[in-house]
Amino acid sequence: MNTMDIVTVTNLSKRYGDFVAVNGITFSIHRGEIFGFLGPNGAGKTTTINIMIGLARPSGGSILINGINAVKNVKKAQSIMGIVPDESNLYDEMNGFENLCFCGSLYGMEKAAREKKAKELLEQFDLTKAGKRLFKAYSKGMRRKLTIAAGIIHEPEILFLDEPTTGIDVESARQIRQLLLNLKQSGTTIFITTHYIEDAERICDRISFIVGGKIVANGTVPELMESVSHGHTIRLATDQDMKPYTEEIQERFPGCTVKIDTDRTLTLICKERIALSPVLQYLDGKGISVFEAKELRPSLEDVFVRVTGVEATKLKKEKEKGGMAK
Amino acid sequence: MKTWIAFWNILKKDIHNYYLKPPNISWGIIFPLSWTLMQLIRSSGGVNLSDIREMLPGLMAMSVLFGTTSMLAVTITFERKGRSFDRLLLAPISLSTMVAAKLSGAILFGLLNAFVPVIFAAFFVDLAGINWGSVLLAVLLIAVTSTLLGLVIAVSAKEVFEAQTFSNFFRFPMLFLCGLFLPISSLPVFLRPLSYLLPLTYGTDLLNGAILGVSLLSPVLCILILLAFTGGLFAYCQYNIRRKWIL
Repeated sequence: MNTMDIVTVTNLSKRYGDFVAVNGITFSIHRGEIFGFLGPNGAGKTTTINIMIGLARPSGGSILINGINAVKNVKKAQSIMGIVPDESNLYDEMNGFENLCFCGSLYGMEKAAREKKAKELLEQFDLTKAGKRLFKAYSKGMRRKLTIAAGIIHEPEILFLDEPTTGIDVESARQIRQLLLNLKQSGTTIFITTHYIEDAERICDRISFIVGGKIVANGTVPELMESVSHGHTIRLATDQDMKPYTEEIQERFPGCTVKIDTDRTLTLICKERIALSPVLQYLDGKGISVFEAKELRPSLEDVFVRVTGVEATKLKKEKEKGGMAK
Repeated sequence: MKTWIAFWNILKKDIHNYYLKPPNISWGIIFPLSWTLMQLIRSSGGVNLSDIREMLPGLMAMSVLFGTTSMLAVTITFERKGRSFDRLLLAPISLSTMVAAKLSGAILFGLLNAFVPVIFAAFFVDLAGINWGSVLLAVLLIAVTSTLLGLVIAVSAKEVFEAQTFSNFFRFPMLFLCGLFLPISSLPVFLRPLSYLLPLTYGTDLLNGAILGVSLLSPVLCILILLAFTGGLFAYCQYNIRRKWIL
């Protein structure tokens, strides 16, 4: 185990009869990073997280969390974990403050300590006024925030979050992303599964893509983007129809592929980075004005679509439907 | 210490969230009272308050049985359905501690239920001469074994209505098989062995001995059998929880 790794998962597998939910996956999580675990529905994300937190037993493989064998010493490993499930599963009959205090007590926190921390968290999560309200009266966004607060009341070293921003309003989702970044800054390691590619792109340091129980790609966000990038792509917006110039431009810049997306847009796909000035000079010589020049980079969504074969928008819509139904 | 904090707060949460709710308090009082009155009316064809003492062991055993099994099976199934039960499974406390905390709420509820007929009876008949220490021990052992039966049901049920159905499947035959209101000797011969497979039979016999001074078996034997049931059911529940709840 690398000393910078807080989690090392090796050859992890889970079978339900003949069905293989997780098929020999291996990955590690660095201390203090936000690690994203992405994949389409039924890819094995929840099964993996359930095994890591001790809600399911693996069929094979090992999990080390902070040096603890999390398969054999589940309870010891759970003492340093914070867990935020995909559904807000606090107690409807208790208010926000009571819920947080109860969750603290499960980790052995003394009354004074858990009450102090609960008050701090309510303030930090902008829920002070709602603290005395019953959990069942909370909005979805508030429920989500309180569930995250409950997951960190005992100041865990690693926080597991399953779909933290699913089915909540834009403002609450933004607040949650900011809270996660703040937690990361304070040294907490975060393992997150999400269907929202843009969330992962914004906050994750490293990402693994899982499809059919297997990890198909992993790395930092730039590394993953680089893996699907085919050279440098530059798009120029001009004031004239570019179709008549296509062949000539292609001849002058043989290292690039020229594409005309719309009448007045020219795209150059080059194997290597090229200087723009010769292109601009050529166009200027033809009396063509360039209003905008932009380097196009592949997004994480492109990576997702490439490695999973699932369209990200379709996936997001499905999940939103599920979130609204809850 | 940390384990104790978790244990106490799970128990406190259950009492606050479930057992102290008005429907359960009223159930805990009205149900034993109704049965007491019903038994009084049907005995000797009319109300005869002096019969209360004779009926007390059966009424107490029944109150504990219904109080414990109805609540635990339903609350656990309810929490599992809402997934709040996962919080307890994910807490860094042993499964035994968590299960013991959940059981304790139901046991306390059962103990309180048991004394509703006693309080009622105290207004009408002289309860002197009762061995209250033995009564308390008997009620406690009935509460523990009945609660564990409730847990067996909770582990098997996925829906609240399933838990209620399974509970009744167990409870109503026990009213007739365990000597609560009908002596075991009056049961058909082929049913009698079944009576001795049920823990409530031994608890009721202990109560009969403590309240009426009449029992079929030695109190020590009953206590040992009830302790054996407690250990066996606890181990079985833990095994089943590990098998069914941690997949």
